[in-house]
Amino acid sequence: MCLGIPGQIVAITAPERMMAMAEVSGVRREVNVACVAGAELGDLIGQWALIHVGFAMSLIDEEEAAKTLEALHDLGEAQETLAQMAEGDAALAGPGEGV
Amino acid sequence: MKFASEFRDPKAAKALLAEIARVADGLGASRKNPVHIMEICGGHTHSIFRYGLDKLVHEGIEFIHGPGCPVCVLPRARVDECIEIAEKEGVIFTTFGDAMRVPGSKKSLLQAKAAGADIRMVYSPLDALELARRNPGREVVFFGLGFETTTPSTALAIQQAAREGLANFSVFCNHITVPEPIKALLDDPHMVLDGFIGPGHVSMVIGVHPYDFIAQDYHKPIVVAGFEPTDLLQSVLMVLRQIAAGEARVENQYARVVPENGNPVSLAAIADVYEKRPSFEWRGLGEIDASGLRIRPAYAAFDAEEKFGVGYAGVRTELEEPEGCACGAVMTGRMKPVHCAQFGRGCTPEMPLGALMVSSEGACAAYWQYGGARAAD
Repeated sequence: MCLGIPGQIVAITAPERMMAMAEVSGVRREVNVACVAGAELGDLIGQWALIHVGFAMSLIDEEEAAKTLEALHDLGEAQETLAQMAEGDAALAGPGEGV
Repeated sequence: MKFASEFRDPKAAKALLAEIARVADGLGASRKNPVHIMEICGGHTHSIFRYGLDKLVHEGIEFIHGPGCPVCVLPRARVDECIEIAEKEGVIFTTFGDAMRVPGSKKSLLQAKAAGADIRMVYSPLDALELARRNPGREVVFFGLGFETTTPSTALAIQQAAREGLANFSVFCNHITVPEPIKALLDDPHMVLDGFIGPGHVSMVIGVHPYDFIAQDYHKPIVVAGFEPTDLLQSVLMVLRQIAAGEARVENQYARVVPENGNPVSLAAIADVYEKRPSFEWRGLGEIDASGLRIRPAYAAFDAEEKFGVGYAGVRTELEEPEGCACGAVMTGRMKPVHCAQFGRGCTPEMPLGALMVSSEGACAAYWQYGGARAAD
């Protein structure tokens, strides 16, 4: 759960809450960018960040993002994170099945 | 080990392994008299086993698996308290999926959910915030779990809730910190530790200076490392070189992600929302001074401990480990997972008895999934 996942910031969605849209392995997810924001939020668009539990924590270059993603796939962590994002979406809809 | 296909850069890995062997030989390290290197972070433990680094490195290197897996060090009583909150009328209890299968004294969160409690797995504390916005008539509680990597996320979520006046949102704070348990392990006369692989993403938040005491006071090398296999091998080599030179320094192998002074926005949010508890209980390690965080009085409205009278704000119970469970001994490096009588018998990833079998970052789960280390043969 400490590993995080690289994503690319594609749009600023709610500047007053420091929220942006990130694309993570083809999945779009709203993330908080407070920890990586500079003077202009718009400057983040197109940049890659390491995203931990919905928060962009560190800006990284594209090559580092690709290498990290590959390592995370090897560990099964990337798949797990994407599944957790889907769980998060499902949780907003309702209590779900009592497994 | 399919060396060429498993490693992106097999040539670099081979060169690092050869250099590690050369320095280890120079130190006289052997299987009987190994250099003990603790990887603190559970993510590193997972990576070491995934790539079989424990078997590929010189036999005089022994990895000791550290306490850096948040769900593994979670006492059973904390799980019981989560369930106590979750079963209250009107509560939606939210948690990272990792915590769902950790056994409490009677059941896990997964079992409590099956029995009817409204427990929801979320990806982020932001999901819990959104649930609170959409369900103003319900109390939404987020289980704040993890080391310094996840602490900023709950701090920022609490700040956001305060700005919005979201009175039905709270955090059950069980955040813990890395440096204090390392100090406790170094103070344990039974521990033999020659050097450390420092956590990468925790350090991205806190920087490298919180580890200065390891070098200055205990004279042990520590190298903050990335998660790729070559990062880890490079870091092992850096630790060995320090030992060979008679040095003890904090080095940063993962400077491409870890700034020397950490992330200032994260650190400011943590300092604003949280303060240190006098002590905090760790599974297998007991109470450790100043190793846990609690929500400051200014944010008491968002503190589930205060709201529901549980945890350190309630009557706390201390629970013994389940019979036969040796998680404590494994956690402190005194026992290898396969030497536990319950390993693979009374304790498997499907039916875990102890927390180390639950998470992919736990040493027992890693042994189970990828096969035991040479040291346990």
